[in-house]
Amino acid sequence: MMATSYNRIVKDGLWDNNGVFSMLLGMCPTMAMTTSATNGLGMGLATAVVMAASNLLVALFRKYITQEVRIPVYILIVAAMVTLVDLVMNAWMHELYKVLGLFIPLIVSNCLPLARLEAFAAKEPVLPALVDGISMGIGFTLALTVIGSVREIAGSGTLFADASLLLGPAFTFMEMRVLPENMGVLMMILPPGGFLATGLLVVVKRMIDVRSGKGIQMAGAHSVG
Amino acid sequence: MKRGTLTHAIILGTFCFGFGLVLAITDRLTHQAIGARALEDRQNSLSQVLPGNLHNNNPAEDTIIVKDEEGQEITIYRALQSGSITGVAYEIRSLGYAGEVKLMLGVDVNGKVLGVRVLSHKETPGLGDRIETKKGNWILQFTGLSIGEPPIEKWKVKKDGGQFDQFSGATITPRGVVGAIRTGLEFFSTHKAEILRMR
Repeated sequence: MMATSYNRIVKDGLWDNNGVFSMLLGMCPTMAMTTSATNGLGMGLATAVVMAASNLLVALFRKYITQEVRIPVYILIVAAMVTLVDLVMNAWMHELYKVLGLFIPLIVSNCLPLARLEAFAAKEPVLPALVDGISMGIGFTLALTVIGSVREIAGSGTLFADASLLLGPAFTFMEMRVLPENMGVLMMILPPGGFLATGLLVVVKRMIDVRSGKGIQMAGAHSVG
Repeated sequence: MKRGTLTHAIILGTFCFGFGLVLAITDRLTHQAIGARALEDRQNSLSQVLPGNLHNNNPAEDTIIVKDEEGQEITIYRALQSGSITGVAYEIRSLGYAGEVKLMLGVDVNGKVLGVRVLSHKETPGLGDRIETKKGNWILQFTGLSIGEPPIEKWKVKKDGGQFDQFSGATITPRGVVGAIRTGLEFFSTHKAEILRMR
């Protein structure tokens, strides 16, 4: 692993080892926050920031973090980053905070950042760790946005509703109505819809992998968090 | 290389101290801005239930505390027009389908509703969330009503024999909101003297 290939890291984060679709990590925020594409995008972006920052810090301090205390230190770092993002956004990005504020504390319950700290940042230099944090974060964001889109179209008939609240008025063009009003299947934005959409999309991803001759990527860690 | 328990304790302690310090500094730096944002938010929700032509003061900063029947302290925001009270607003709560629904209720001096808005709720998206102005006009129908107009026994959803529509598929949320507004108006009439007393 010494000759780190950034290409490999980015590809792993975005597709091959995608946090949601391959490793099935971070299921709690994935299920809870994908009731719309905008919510998924917002949650994903906030998580990506926390992942990049905590990957960087752990890689920076990796020589001082001993095996015995590493788990509490990782949790401490993730929790500190989450609180930091929460405070800073509340103070200086208040409009965004009103939309995202609800999701930010939820990042602590996501075991994807913790998994990347343990599996990657603890063993690698700062720069690859940062790249890994960003790619995994963006991969998580993409996954949540896709699940959110599927659930929103099927459940409410819209796509990217309220995106302008999250991204600013310039993004009003993203908000669209795909199905006529009252055509949505309400169940898709309720909790069962989260499991259905995620399950189906995992199947789709694996089918694409099989077709492209890669075989099914089996990830090391299977857990829900 | 094996290190003693003390070493681990010191390492963990140092990290805790370091990040604790970082968070304390961030809190110090953001404290004022967060307070200011919270005040703006309150002014925003107040301006929706206390029409601007009714007052020339800042109701978010002109408050009194009145205790309700259960001894709960209710903060009353007062709208003043050249020194006399023209309306008040206060938070009311109702039990929805998935937890508490917080609303801001504006009332004029005669106990007539100036406006009601939802501050926060956890109701089912697509069903109960039509109490928000963003999702529907339902909450606007209360403006101008009071106890007696309609009569108190009509302050219920239609399903319970009252005059207010419930939503198809969601009765509990509107039932809770109607009840909370009725209780809020009753609170105003029982405490009217106290609420409208000038300092």
